[in-house]
Amino acid sequence: MAVARTDAPRLAVPAAAGLRDRLLRHPGIARLGVVILLFIGWEIAARFFLDRDFISPPSIVLMSLGDLFGTPGVPSALWLTLYEIAIAFVLSVIIGAAVGLAVGLNRFAHQSFMPIVLLLYGIPQITILPIFVLVFGIGAASKIAFGVSHGMFPIMIAVAAGVQKIEQVLFVSARSMGASRWQLLRYVIFPHAIPSFFTGMRLGMSGVLLGVLLAELYVSTAGIGYFTSIFTENFDPTKLIGLVSMLAVIAIALNEIVRRAELHYARWRD
Amino acid sequence: MNPSGRGIATGRIWSRLVQIAFLAAVLVLWSLATTVWGVSRILLPNPVNVWHQLIDVVSSGAFIPDLRVTLGELAAAFAISMSLGVSLGYLISRSRYLIRVFEPLLAAIYSIPIILFLPLYVLLLGLGPDSKIALGATISFFPIVLSTIAGFGYVDRTLVTAARSMGASNLQMFRHVLVPAALPVVLAGLRMGFTVALLSVIASETIASFAGLGHHIVDLAENMDTARMFAYIVFVIAIVAFLNAVVSTLEGRARWR
Repeated sequence: MAVARTDAPRLAVPAAAGLRDRLLRHPGIARLGVVILLFIGWEIAARFFLDRDFISPPSIVLMSLGDLFGTPGVPSALWLTLYEIAIAFVLSVIIGAAVGLAVGLNRFAHQSFMPIVLLLYGIPQITILPIFVLVFGIGAASKIAFGVSHGMFPIMIAVAAGVQKIEQVLFVSARSMGASRWQLLRYVIFPHAIPSFFTGMRLGMSGVLLGVLLAELYVSTAGIGYFTSIFTENFDPTKLIGLVSMLAVIAIALNEIVRRAELHYARWRD
Repeated sequence: MNPSGRGIATGRIWSRLVQIAFLAAVLVLWSLATTVWGVSRILLPNPVNVWHQLIDVVSSGAFIPDLRVTLGELAAAFAISMSLGVSLGYLISRSRYLIRVFEPLLAAIYSIPIILFLPLYVLLLGLGPDSKIALGATISFFPIVLSTIAGFGYVDRTLVTAARSMGASNLQMFRHVLVPAALPVVLAGLRMGFTVALLSVIASETIASFAGLGHHIVDLAENMDTARMFAYIVFVIAIVAFLNAVVSTLEGRARWR
């Protein structure tokens, strides 16, 4: 009886309930709907209720992207930011993997230096941003350095943890089969450290993005920070939102690349 | 690699010594750089100088107005993100379907560096505390809402079924099953939210503001008063560490109850 009762309404689904049914089965469509609703709400609020000196509707932001890229200096500032992120990421990966391997492979080094790494990682780095600008100037160097100082620690910690997790049996059996130090590194340590290496790269990428963008926004006399302060002072929300959106797109794309890579290599492990 | 207990113990003492030696080496190199190698005072102040400045910063009490501004912004930001994050998270967690719609969306937005919103908030709300509160609330909202969803949304089904079959009312279910199961996760999210709110308030003060701890550091940097800036940075780091320790302790206490 109970079975019949639960089945009855499903059999009687009218055609009008088709949409509801589809939404229920595919949360992705509903998610897209939520995003579209948010944008429509923003559009209506900005067009009819809010001061256009302070906010722009998304349609106008989109239409004025050409204007934004026509503003002298904006395209090159965006390219420069992308370049800083790339360099900072590569440096973070190199430093993070090297230190992570060194600290992870040796028990004594791990005991001695891991607490120092964790201590440094725990420092609220935003407080030392002015020192970076003082030492490295307002150009790309300070932004790259600040990106590296944010990006390298998560990679170090992930790589060290990954190397430490490798089972001793593997080392013992490889050594008993006469593996040299290099062969041990090449055939035992590297393949087993790869998943945590990619996890570290994902965390490192968010660190690099945060560091580079913080430094870019902080320096208001050059690069992105110059344009955000100019657009703010001129009450030009259209260009400001456009510029910020472009940076967000860059961040989303880069995050997505490293996330996919991590997913791929995490699956490869099992 | 030494399997004997004594070997591990001596190893520990040695690694302590290495740590102390490392810190000592940093200090020695620092003072050598300023006294012997003649690195510019503006780039790297003398450690003794910094120490005197630090004592002056703490004892003069000149930090109190800035500290008050920062703590006020932090309190407002955290109050907003906590009330919104926990209530919205709880509502979403009540339905599997809503979780599947909203959780990936919120996680995706959280992966963007939200500091990018700061210029928009400055334009909308000005250079005063409002833009800092808005940014701190936005950034800390995400860990709080996500952990509330994780806490309440993934309570062990058997617990819920068992309580229902024993005739628990909705209120009893909430009080005795859902809250105890979800609390550790939600509290961890609140602690994380507090930390990121504090950091983003200081970050937005550093980038664009008139007052607050972050702004004071920038002020000293712009006046090339580097020794005092170093001292002030140490002071701010100590305050951040202190506040985080307080929140961790509170979290531990609440979890025990």
